[in-house]
Amino acid sequence: MSAGTGISVEVRGLSKAYRIAHDPHRPTTLAEAIVRRLRDPLRRAQRETFWALRDVSFQIRQGEAVGIIGRNGAGKSTLLKILSRITVPTTGRVELYGPVGSLLEVGTGFHPELTGRENIYLNGSILGMRRREIERQFDAIVDFAEVEKFLDTPVKRYSSGMYVRLAFAVAAHLNPEILVIDEVLAVGDASFQKKCLGKMGQVASEQGRTVLFVSHNMTAVQSLCGRALWLDRGMLAADGRPADVVPRYLKTAFAPVRERIWEDRASAPGTEKVRLRRASVRPETGSPGDAIDVHAPLIVEFEYWNLSSGAKLNLSLVIMNEEGAVVFNTAPTEDPEWYGRPFPRGLFRSGCRIPGDLLNDGTHRVQLYVVEDQSVVLSRHDDLLIFDVIEPPGEREAWYGKWVGAVRPRLEWATELVEPAAADAPSGPRFLVGVL
Amino acid sequence: MIRPESGWAALDVRELWRFRDLLLTLAAREVKLRYRQTALGVAWVVLQPLLTSGIFTVVFGIIAALPTDGLPPFLFSYAGLLGWVAFSNTLSKGGTSLVGNAHLVSKVYFPRLALPLSTVFSTLIDVGVALIVMVPLMVHYRIAPGMGVMLAPVWLALFLMLGAGFGLLTSALTVRYRDVQYIVPVLVMMLQYISPFGYSTERIKPSLLQWYMLNPLAGLTEALRWSLLGRGTVHWPYVWYAAAVSVLVLVAGAIFFKRMERQFADII
Repeated sequence: MSAGTGISVEVRGLSKAYRIAHDPHRPTTLAEAIVRRLRDPLRRAQRETFWALRDVSFQIRQGEAVGIIGRNGAGKSTLLKILSRITVPTTGRVELYGPVGSLLEVGTGFHPELTGRENIYLNGSILGMRRREIERQFDAIVDFAEVEKFLDTPVKRYSSGMYVRLAFAVAAHLNPEILVIDEVLAVGDASFQKKCLGKMGQVASEQGRTVLFVSHNMTAVQSLCGRALWLDRGMLAADGRPADVVPRYLKTAFAPVRERIWEDRASAPGTEKVRLRRASVRPETGSPGDAIDVHAPLIVEFEYWNLSSGAKLNLSLVIMNEEGAVVFNTAPTEDPEWYGRPFPRGLFRSGCRIPGDLLNDGTHRVQLYVVEDQSVVLSRHDDLLIFDVIEPPGEREAWYGKWVGAVRPRLEWATELVEPAAADAPSGPRFLVGVL
Repeated sequence: MIRPESGWAALDVRELWRFRDLLLTLAAREVKLRYRQTALGVAWVVLQPLLTSGIFTVVFGIIAALPTDGLPPFLFSYAGLLGWVAFSNTLSKGGTSLVGNAHLVSKVYFPRLALPLSTVFSTLIDVGVALIVMVPLMVHYRIAPGMGVMLAPVWLALFLMLGAGFGLLTSALTVRYRDVQYIVPVLVMMLQYISPFGYSTERIKPSLLQWYMLNPLAGLTEALRWSLLGRGTVHWPYVWYAAAVSVLVLVAGAIFFKRMERQFADII
C-alpha cells in the first residue's frame, strides 16, 4: 500500500452512457428479435443515449472521507457502481489503489431462509472476504449487530432493524482500503444510524482508509466528511469542503414546484387504480404563486382520479425539510366524510390546512402516498411539491441566526418575577453585611 | 484499474481463485436451501436417481424390452444416469444462476463466473451420494467393476465440463433473452431420451449410429457405464470425439460468458 498521503482513487474523464430504447416495440424475446432481423435486416433500434456520468474527474487521497451528494438521478449510484467494479465506464478510467469493499444495498446476498450465522458467511464471502477472515471477525460482527440471541434463527424472522444491523455489521468489518457506501443509513433506527456513522468515521480517521459515501443526509455529510462531491446531471458541479458545497447544493437542488397538473390521465403518475391530476401548495389567502412566510397558514391540495369503484382510499402526506428530515406525516384520519368509506369512481380533491407558525423557514418537500384500506401503499410520489417558507422581511430585530429545529411553532410564553432577589430588597441584614 | 467496455476480457483465473471461498459458499447455500421445508430432506438426493432409474427400467427395459448389454436394466440405467445427473444439474442450475441472483449481479462485485461455476460443486455432492448408493446396488446384483473404474472420474469430469460449458452459455444468454430459460428444460428432456440411458446402442443400425453418436452424451454414457459395471457396448472413437466436444464446449462457454460479462449489471 502507498504511504499515508498517497492517492487512493483516481478518476479521469469518466463517462457512462446508458442506451434507453425509445422504441415501444422493442423485441424482448429471442424469437421476436430474430423475426425482426429477418424482416428488416438494416433496421436500427431507435435508441436514445442517456449520459448518467459526463466527464467526471477527481482524486481522493488515502484516509479521506468523501460525501457524494446530488439529486436523485444525478449519477451518484452510477459512480459508486463503477468504483465498486459492478459496471464499466463508457469512456475514461479509474484507478483504485487497494481493494474496494462496497455496500450499495443493505443485505445484498442475504437469503431469508438462512440463519443469521449462515448469512454472515454468505454475505461476507460475496463481499469478498475469505472464510478465515470472517471467522476472525465473527464475534465483532455479531457484537456490533447486537443479534447474538438470534444467530441461529432464519433472517426471515428478523425485525427489519435487526436485518439492517446485521447487514451493515458485515460490511463494516470488511477490511478494504477503500470503502464505498450508498445511501444505506436511511434505514434503521436513529441510535443505530449514529453507531454506523461513528463506525464510518472511525474507519476513515483511525484506520486511515478511504470512505466514499452517498447520502441525502446533509448533517451526516457535514459532520463525517472532510470533502463533498456534488454531482448534477452527471457532471461534477462542485468539489470542496462540505461547509461550502452543501449550502450551494441545497440552494439549487430544490427549485420550488408549487403546483403540478397532469392533463393526460393515462400518463399521469399513479397506478391503474388511482392517478393524480393536480397537486398544489399555496398560502390560505393566495394563489400558488404567492410567497409563503412562516406565519401563513398553507393549503396543500391534491386532485386524483379514482379508477376502481369501492376502493377505500386515503392520502398520506409527509413533509420533509431540506436536510431530508421528516417534519411530520399526516393522513385524513379526521376526515368525517370519506375516511374509511368506499370511494366511487371519479375525480376527487383532498387537501389539508397546515397552520401558520408551524413550519420553520427553509425549503420543504412534499411526499405523497396513496393508500388503500389504510395500509396498502398504491403509489408513492417523492418531491411532488417543493416550497420555500420564508422569513417575513423586516421582522427580525435582535436575532439574525436561523432558528434551529424542524418546526418553529409560535408558543405562548409568559414570564413573571416570582421573587425579587434579596440583593434588590430595600433593606435587611444581608444588605448590611454586604456593606460591611 | 477500471477501463471502458472493451470486447474481450481476459479470463482472470487469479481473481477467481481469490474468490474460491465464494464458490464453495454459494454451493453450500444451494445445497442447504434445496431441501429446506421438504419432508424427506436430503433423502431426495438418493431418491431422485433411484426413481428415474425405476421409470427407465419399466419404460425401456420392461415395456419396450430394449437391450441393456445383458446387464440388469435397473443397474444399467442407474450407472448411466450418474453421468446424466452430473451433466443436467450443472446445466440447469448454472443456466439460471445469473438471473436467479440478479440482485447480486447488479449490487455487488465478484467474478461473475462464480455463479454458474458454483453449481459444479453442488452437483458433485449429488453425484457423490449417488455413487455411494451404487455400491449396495452392485453388491445386490453381484456385479464388480474392472480396472476401468479408475477412469470413471475422468468421464464424470467430462460430463461436468459439458454441463458447465452449456451452463455458462445459457446463463449469459438468459441475461438478455429470458426465453432461454424456457427452451433449456425442453432441450434437456429431449437429450435425456436420445441418449443411451435406458437402452444399449448395440441394436441401433450402423447407418443411424453415426448420427446418434453425434450427441456427446452418448459416448460419455457408454464410457462411464463400462467403467462402473465392467462391461457394455462402447464405441471408443465416439468417446474421444465426445471428450473433445466437452472440452470445446467448456472453453467456448467461458469465452462467450466473458464476452458478455461486462454488460450483465446494466441489462440484467
